Amino acid sequence: MNAQELLALADDELILGWRNSEWTGIAPFLEEDVAFSSIAQTEIGHARAWYELAAKELGTDADSLAFDRQPEEYLCAPFVELRFVPDWAQTIARHWLYETADAIRIQALMHSDDPEIAGLAEKIDREEAYHRMHAEMWADRLREEPRFQQAVDKLWPYALGVLEPEQRNRLSEVVGRDPVDPVERGTHTEELAPLWEEMTLVRRSVPGASW
Amino acid sequence: MIWEIFRQEREGQPFQHGGSLDAPNLAFAEAYARELYGRRDESFALWIVPREAVDEVRDPYVADVFDRDYRRVDGYSLKIKLKEARERAGTAGSG
Repeated sequence: MNAQELLALADDELILGWRNSEWTGIAPFLEEDVAFSSIAQTEIGHARAWYELAAKELGTDADSLAFDRQPEEYLCAPFVELRFVPDWAQTIARHWLYETADAIRIQALMHSDDPEIAGLAEKIDREEAYHRMHAEMWADRLREEPRFQQAVDKLWPYALGVLEPEQRNRLSEVVGRDPVDPVERGTHTEELAPLWEEMTLVRRSVPGASW
Repeated sequence: MIWEIFRQEREGQPFQHGGSLDAPNLAFAEAYARELYGRRDESFALWIVPREAVDEVRDPYVADVFDRDYRRVDGYSLKIKLKEARERAGTAGSG
């Protein structure tokens, strides 16, 4: 796994964590607010861990990778960039599809030849187990809801684009949907730039500062 | 739906009430209980109980209108009763 692949993974987790954190304080009810904020926080923690591995290879540090690149340099999948607040159905549809895809990706990384990557993937998987439990219980609850079904229809091509081509059939099997043309990594949605503006605002306000 | 959460801090210790939470079903209650009472490794185990399953008894003291203070751990003075009994029997003296 090279630094670019690590960055793609870290960027997915950071941007999704950021998007999910937009629900903090305004989730549908208090318990969910705490749970979803906590999930957002662990996603960002996972991003940090992957950035640190990439930073070693690239001779930089995790904060620089997370905040000092231009929006077009990020390697995240368009799927994680989409802004859904205040639409809970789409948020849960993405959460469920992303966690399902991410489980396949992490499984593969746990068998990596690189012991550092395999070890980190195993550690992350233990926390992801809670994310999956949370995503599954919501998907079970909303499965019959037309709004949720429409959201899954709309997001399915995006979800496929999170994974490497050889992992996509597995996702189709698990989700129970036919493969379609994926929305591939490599381009960005219009929603990334405003997210980046906000996410890097404080960091850019005092360039080079030691926080 | 309100759920009452009991925490066991360490294996073998009694479960103590931790608090309550709102969740639509047991799967949600379990997920939120893990989050609120287990995330920081502060619990060895949890009991998740629907509030309706809890039978609350208010003022559980059964009034002692008759002289049955021997039922109470603090209220039965053997000394006085023995003295009174001996006086009645005319054998007062050493009590």
